[in-house]
Amino acid sequence: MAASPERPARRAVRAAVVLATAAIAAFGLVAVVHEVTRDRIAATERARELARFDQVLAGRPHDNDLLADALTLRDPELLGTTAAITAYRARFHGRPVAVVLEPVAPDGYAGAIRLLIAIAPDGTVLGVRAVSHRETPGLGDFIDTRKADWIEQFTGRWAGNPETARWRVRKDGGDFDQYTGATITSRAVVGAVGRTLEFFARHRDELLAAPATIQP
Amino acid sequence: MTPAAILRAGFRDQNPGLVQMLGLCPLLAVSTSLGSGLGLGLATLAVLVASNGLVSLLGRSLPAEIRIAVFVLLIAALVTAVELALSAWLPELHSALGIFLPLIVTNCLVLARAEAFASRQPIGNALLDGFAMGGGFLLVLVVLGSVREVLGRGSLGGDLHVLLGSGGSTSWGLQLFGEQHGLLLALLPPGAFILLGLGLAWRQARKAAASAFGPAVTRGTTREATS
Repeated sequence: MAASPERPARRAVRAAVVLATAAIAAFGLVAVVHEVTRDRIAATERARELARFDQVLAGRPHDNDLLADALTLRDPELLGTTAAITAYRARFHGRPVAVVLEPVAPDGYAGAIRLLIAIAPDGTVLGVRAVSHRETPGLGDFIDTRKADWIEQFTGRWAGNPETARWRVRKDGGDFDQYTGATITSRAVVGAVGRTLEFFARHRDELLAAPATIQP
Repeated sequence: MTPAAILRAGFRDQNPGLVQMLGLCPLLAVSTSLGSGLGLGLATLAVLVASNGLVSLLGRSLPAEIRIAVFVLLIAALVTAVELALSAWLPELHSALGIFLPLIVTNCLVLARAEAFASRQPIGNALLDGFAMGGGFLLVLVVLGSVREVLGRGSLGGDLHVLLGSGGSTSWGLQLFGEQHGLLLALLPPGAFILLGLGLAWRQARKAAASAFGPAVTRGTTREATS
């Protein structure tokens, strides 16, 4: 590098200028890439959300934009998380056909299990999916439809079918099958689905109400 | 250094995974299948080639005190660019790699090659080194990923569709035996360590054999290189 010794102050200034230039260049690169990819990322995220909804909606026709027809809820006791939960409403010709909720089963074997549940206006389950979980591969991952159809057993149930006391795994005297060796996972999901249906039963009218304002 | 020597170093003699043991955290965490191993390998390769190239152009003009800081900045910007591009065009792969994609920034392999090699070499060599080291890393990821996927799930390339596009319902993978017969250990972190350990042992054994029968093996490798 510099063969002749530079004065320390000059050297420091030079280093600062080079570093600042590099920071601006790096920022510029990221900004350009962000600008180029922004619309596409938004579109893929949207498509991914809608595809997830289609999994639980079980083919119920709807003609509204679920992502815009959303409601923010908070109920740590029944929905399993202190964070806000979004309810998406599916409508067909303005009439509600389903509410999609994203509750959490906080007591999984390896932490929280996030679920996606679609409930028809009469309170019956249209479909349940485990959205994200960290359950042991091979033991607790039967909640994933790629591994087993265990989670389909909730379809067609509602808050009174079976009665609240029987919304448990068989081992605890309930009506739902558990997987041997993964009772904790089974228990967590059964409990969370039961509580979510309870929540729906209590707040049915608010959940199905027409959007207060039309989102721009 | 000759191009052949650079390639040999990256893929074999100084292989990042099996010899230098750099970047083991993503290597062990992501190599659960052929598809995700290949995905992270390609992303790392791309970052490594780009960062080596830029570092080689800048390296000698940077004051020594801030050289590393500038390299880190460059690498972070490149990784962010790759991450954004993947999330735009290969969203499934992006979510499969999860946190390990942004963590390429902290993969010591990238910074090590920038500092130890690319900053003192002409751009051609630096690019080639990025390719060779990234390729060596990719190779270990792909082999480890394939072995773990076969042992653990009984399939090979079962999630390649996240990389190559699903093309309707076409499946890219092979199912060798039923998934329920898979060896769960292979998919869990301990399995990754054990299999990498076997890989290291194999590499050491080859090296020991090479030094024990020096000339013979030297001839052997020459033949290998020319064939």
